[in-house]
Amino acid sequence: MQNPFPTLYALPIFAGAVIVLTVASIVGWVLKLRLAPDGPHPTIDNLNSRIRAWWWMVGVLAAAFWFGKGGVIVLFALLSFFALREYITLCYTRRGDHLVLMLAFFIALPVQYALVWIDWYGLYAIFIPVYAFLLLPIFAALSADTTRFLERASKVQWGLMICVFCLSHVPALMSLNIPGYENRNLLLIAFLVIVVQGSDVLQYVWGKLLGKHKVAPALSPSKTWEGLIGGVASATALGAALHGITPFTPVEAALVALVICLMGFFGGLVMSAIKRDRGVKDWGHMIEGHGGILDRLDSVVFAAPIFFHVVRYGWV
Amino acid sequence: MLERLIARIIIGFIRLLTGAQAYWRGCTPNAAQRIYFANHASHGDFVLLWASLPPWLRRRTRPVAGADYWNKDALRRFMGGKVFRAVLIDRERREGAPDPVQQMVDALAGGDSLIIFPEGTRNTTDAVLLPFKSGLFHLATQYPRAELVPVWMNNLGRVMPKGELIPVPLLCTVTFGPPLARVDGEDKAAFLARAREAMLALRPREDEDEDDTPSDATPFDPL
Repeated sequence: MQNPFPTLYALPIFAGAVIVLTVASIVGWVLKLRLAPDGPHPTIDNLNSRIRAWWWMVGVLAAAFWFGKGGVIVLFALLSFFALREYITLCYTRRGDHLVLMLAFFIALPVQYALVWIDWYGLYAIFIPVYAFLLLPIFAALSADTTRFLERASKVQWGLMICVFCLSHVPALMSLNIPGYENRNLLLIAFLVIVVQGSDVLQYVWGKLLGKHKVAPALSPSKTWEGLIGGVASATALGAALHGITPFTPVEAALVALVICLMGFFGGLVMSAIKRDRGVKDWGHMIEGHGGILDRLDSVVFAAPIFFHVVRYGWV
Repeated sequence: MLERLIARIIIGFIRLLTGAQAYWRGCTPNAAQRIYFANHASHGDFVLLWASLPPWLRRRTRPVAGADYWNKDALRRFMGGKVFRAVLIDRERREGAPDPVQQMVDALAGGDSLIIFPEGTRNTTDAVLLPFKSGLFHLATQYPRAELVPVWMNNLGRVMPKGELIPVPLLCTVTFGPPLARVDGEDKAAFLARAREAMLALRPREDEDEDDTPSDATPFDPL
């Protein structure tokens, strides 16, 4: 008989997340009572709305995991949609880009995820980097509007790469056939998300506790050397501790975790540079306390393809 | 019932496309009777404004729209009249047509708030705003009890430019400003200029480099 709950093996991960969030909620509540019982306190209130948002994000991810591959693909397609919406909003576009934007949102994005769904690696690995890259500027050129043409064409392509191509490598992990690791690929996604997001959170915590020396003051006022080193080191340790849910040995898990943490950190830096260039603090306002979808996903976006390739060429 | 359902579907769709983020600066969403006056760049404008109001205010807020457009066929008559409960005015001021200002005053006397676009038509030019029609001035004079709330809607012209059928998803913001103060004995031109300034003051700062200068010409001061 077929297992009626084929995705239930991911349950302990979510049980762990619930425990961590419960502890975080209690800490946030105690901090609020101790330090600012009656008035607003920007840091603590932001911390508490971040924790509340984390409950939602874990809940949404759990719901997607429940439905297995289909759920994860639909979730990440939606995240791509919202991320691209935030990204294009901050880009300079003109009337002549309308068709190109329609194709990006309503053709390129669903086709990329459909290719991930049917597991056509050879095409989804080049669909946006080659075909969208060549075809979209053709349609842009046909609109006959040459004002800032190269800039407009590049920005749309960059948005598709970041928000759709890179992000689609998260659900693509579902289709890797790793010997001895059959039907457990959801845990690879869990490993990626926990380590990369954990690294963000731990960098934030270390930075708030010890942070003094800024890494890149021109890009981000909140990233410090103390936060970076403490966060990446502890997230690497977290990755090693999670080796049991992966096909990696503890040392391999630590190395992979280190690589994706660093990619995540630099992803955050690059996306900050774009925000600074556009004169905004956040990409959007969809997630309370965090900003937009892209503010939360910037690290995952940069880590996902690298993680995918490391696993694909090392373990498949 | 059916009207409510259709309204909800349209609002859900607008939210998915645009996020419909409302910023209340200088006034709160409350029960005061109001005339919201806003910039007009797209057919979706008043739906976006409407979608960014809380539901209980939405039910008491009617858009003012052109009868020539909304009376064209049965579907539009249903959408305009029943779903959006629009106050349909004759923009051409033909002989025998009811006086638009009187129609709007009647609607306000019925207790509802109004959404009006003082430019009178969609702005598809490169100008920030078209010259205002005088309707807003006459309305303000004839119905002084209603608060005059300036509204700036950002980006919707990019979501669905004129002549396009399929909208692209982009985040839009709706900013509500402080009610326009009343100045006794102010003439029409001065009033309309003040109304225009109140709207322009609500523009988000990213708009400033939406002209043809490269965006890196604007220096950014980190914090």
